[in-house]
Amino acid sequence: MKYDMLLLRFGEFMLKGKNRARFEKTIISQVRALLKPYPGASLRKEFGRLYVDLGGHSHTELIAVLKRVFGVMSISPVKVTPSVLEDIVETAVAFMDERENEFREGTTFKVNTRRVWKEFPHSSHEMNHMVGSPILRKFQQLRVDVRNPDIELRVEIRDQGTYIFNEVIPAVGGFPLGTNGKAMALLSGGIDSPVAAWASMRRGLEVECVHFYSYPFTSQRAKEKVIDLARALADHAGTIKLHLVPFTEIQTAFTQLGQDNLIITLMRRSMLRIATKLAERERALALITGDSLGQVASQTLPSMNVIGRATELPLLRPLVMMDKQEIITLSKQIGTYDISILPYEDCCTLFVPKSPTTNPNLRIVDKIEATMSHLTEWVDEAVAQTETIVLHAGESAPATSENAENEIKEDWF
Amino acid sequence: MKYFDYAATTPPDSEVVRTMAEIMEAHYGNPSSIHGYGERADQLLRRARFGCAAAIGVKPGEIVFTSGATESNNLAIKGAALRYQTRGKHLITTATEHASVYESFLQLQQWGWEVTWVPVDSDGRVSAQQIMDALRPDTVLVSLMHVNNETGAIHPVAEIGNRLKSDAPRVLFHVDGVQGFGKMDAKPATWGADLYSLSAHKIRGPKGVGLLYVRSGVELTPLLSGGSQEQGMRAGTENVPLIVGMAKAMRLAAERQLEFAERATVLRDRIMETIETIPGLILNSRKDGAPHIIHFSYPGMKAEVALHTLEQLGIIVSTQSACSSRSAEPSRVLLAMGRDAASASGGLRISLGNEHTEEDVALLEQALHQMVAQLRPLERRM
Repeated sequence: MKYDMLLLRFGEFMLKGKNRARFEKTIISQVRALLKPYPGASLRKEFGRLYVDLGGHSHTELIAVLKRVFGVMSISPVKVTPSVLEDIVETAVAFMDERENEFREGTTFKVNTRRVWKEFPHSSHEMNHMVGSPILRKFQQLRVDVRNPDIELRVEIRDQGTYIFNEVIPAVGGFPLGTNGKAMALLSGGIDSPVAAWASMRRGLEVECVHFYSYPFTSQRAKEKVIDLARALADHAGTIKLHLVPFTEIQTAFTQLGQDNLIITLMRRSMLRIATKLAERERALALITGDSLGQVASQTLPSMNVIGRATELPLLRPLVMMDKQEIITLSKQIGTYDISILPYEDCCTLFVPKSPTTNPNLRIVDKIEATMSHLTEWVDEAVAQTETIVLHAGESAPATSENAENEIKEDWF
Repeated sequence: MKYFDYAATTPPDSEVVRTMAEIMEAHYGNPSSIHGYGERADQLLRRARFGCAAAIGVKPGEIVFTSGATESNNLAIKGAALRYQTRGKHLITTATEHASVYESFLQLQQWGWEVTWVPVDSDGRVSAQQIMDALRPDTVLVSLMHVNNETGAIHPVAEIGNRLKSDAPRVLFHVDGVQGFGKMDAKPATWGADLYSLSAHKIRGPKGVGLLYVRSGVELTPLLSGGSQEQGMRAGTENVPLIVGMAKAMRLAAERQLEFAERATVLRDRIMETIETIPGLILNSRKDGAPHIIHFSYPGMKAEVALHTLEQLGIIVSTQSACSSRSAEPSRVLLAMGRDAASASGGLRISLGNEHTEEDVALLEQALHQMVAQLRPLERRM
């Protein structure tokens, strides 16, 4: 079936009267960002809905992309025809013709006409009959059922044209991106943190990502992997800002302390401090982590307590009560799983002690940090040396690092 | 000399050659090594994978690099048959496939699989209905080519793939895309293809490299084991310079596809009309076939003689497909299309590339006329 456009319906935020205009504007800009890789596709707003003209692109491809728009409840592929009786009937029959392979003996259907353009000469009720009769004549297997039909053929008659559709494909829902503010997500190379970032975006947060790397102990590839993860998130958000923080110096200092079982606790606290500074700089009001209760030593309740006290910002942990399998399923759905499982060392797995504590003592941790006179300086330095890149949806090529000795030339590709 | 054998192989694009030479000198690291040399090689490989995937509209993780389409076809067919033999031991293909597909199926037949060879019509095409009719509950794989390498006939791959997806979703669908990519729209994922083979040297890339698109979720038993390269489906150190060369050639071919098809179609139609006006020659290709292949017969004349005569006149064409043209057998493809043995052994193929001009075609036409004039006295004595 060749469709002409997609109809996007908005979700729960529609209830919130005063904010509606702002919410719609946000959705439109996210749709624009996601459509960038598809020249020719254009959009049009109408009360409570958005129409995307396919511009020749395949509807399945664009539906897959637009299903990700936060705040969109459902999508219908639509055929457009002039608001003339003969055209409407002909298109409706052709529409059903395409579906004939789904029909069984006794498949039920109904026509549901909405006459938005009141000057159209036939009433909705008349139209239901005038469209339904030729369909019934042509497809003998069909029966009419107005209460609970298998197929509901919807006909919307408007001034500028009539829309015919029947599928309603559920979309991601949630709140429009950024309408609940901005937060900083700590992105490791693992499975959980990208899911946490995505779950936050779905609740209307604009998310910037922070990644800590330990070059030269870890490879360039570990960094590329995180860039790829952020790019996969950009396929949902349109764009993603990624802050890459050099963490080698602080990490090395912790390994010198002779407090191996507390290293992870100390590292996490420093990460939160750096992320907090970045959040303040970028006017973000919360930190997001992929913590899931009990998963590893740093995610026990005592650990979360001691680590969480390093920041005054609200610490959001969207996955805290989820099972690993649920998180994996989500990460497959949002397209980050295959990247997450690439096997490169990252700064979190690098110096994992033999027995990290699951029950750190806040007083001791405070005391150790107090003895490290340069800690604040290092934190500031890490913030100062943070490199920020912006990833866009649908980027086909991975960004090459600017490292001159790489000598990978653009014109080779 | 004017070269009209692009379906056999193409002269590599000079940009592609330069790219490969620079990479061979500067980036000889093994992409599996974890030091900087390896990382840079790996980065090149990743870029190339992105590029190749983008050119056919699939995901980078779905690309398996191989040594060429012969390996891709072997891996797709035998790899799928071996991996999914618990689903059944029945396979479907057509009677006109490339030797690398045809012989993979012969081998599987010897190993106990049953193969249905679906016949083609007199124009060399198979219908979707015929494929659907051949399905059985124990069918594992359907394999067919997008465009026939000898005649340019186009199989309705999109229709077949989509019907398989809706009526027999467990049956894997492999498309040999070698002659179609760069010449016509080639988006295997939208056809419902699970596997799709390509070769670089047919699109002005290097020889010795190709790829197999493996839809995510599909597993294959590897034919080459020994390392975890290419998601474990194809062991062996990746040939980085060739792979980058292929990525570039694919990008260029995809970008130029529409323009190529438009230009080539005009030239092809003109050549076809000329052949139809020369008494003694019979056109085997149709105008609704691929834009770059013209196949004709000179019944009563051995194709090799016609080929050498044309070569003396400065025109390079081919007999059958390059892979089987050194055998004296009549063309398996033409026989399957119902041609008699004389036509099938007298087949000649003209194939066009993106550099051909009106003047080149004029020379070709002149040579065809002259060839027939020279050989007329010898007709039916050979």
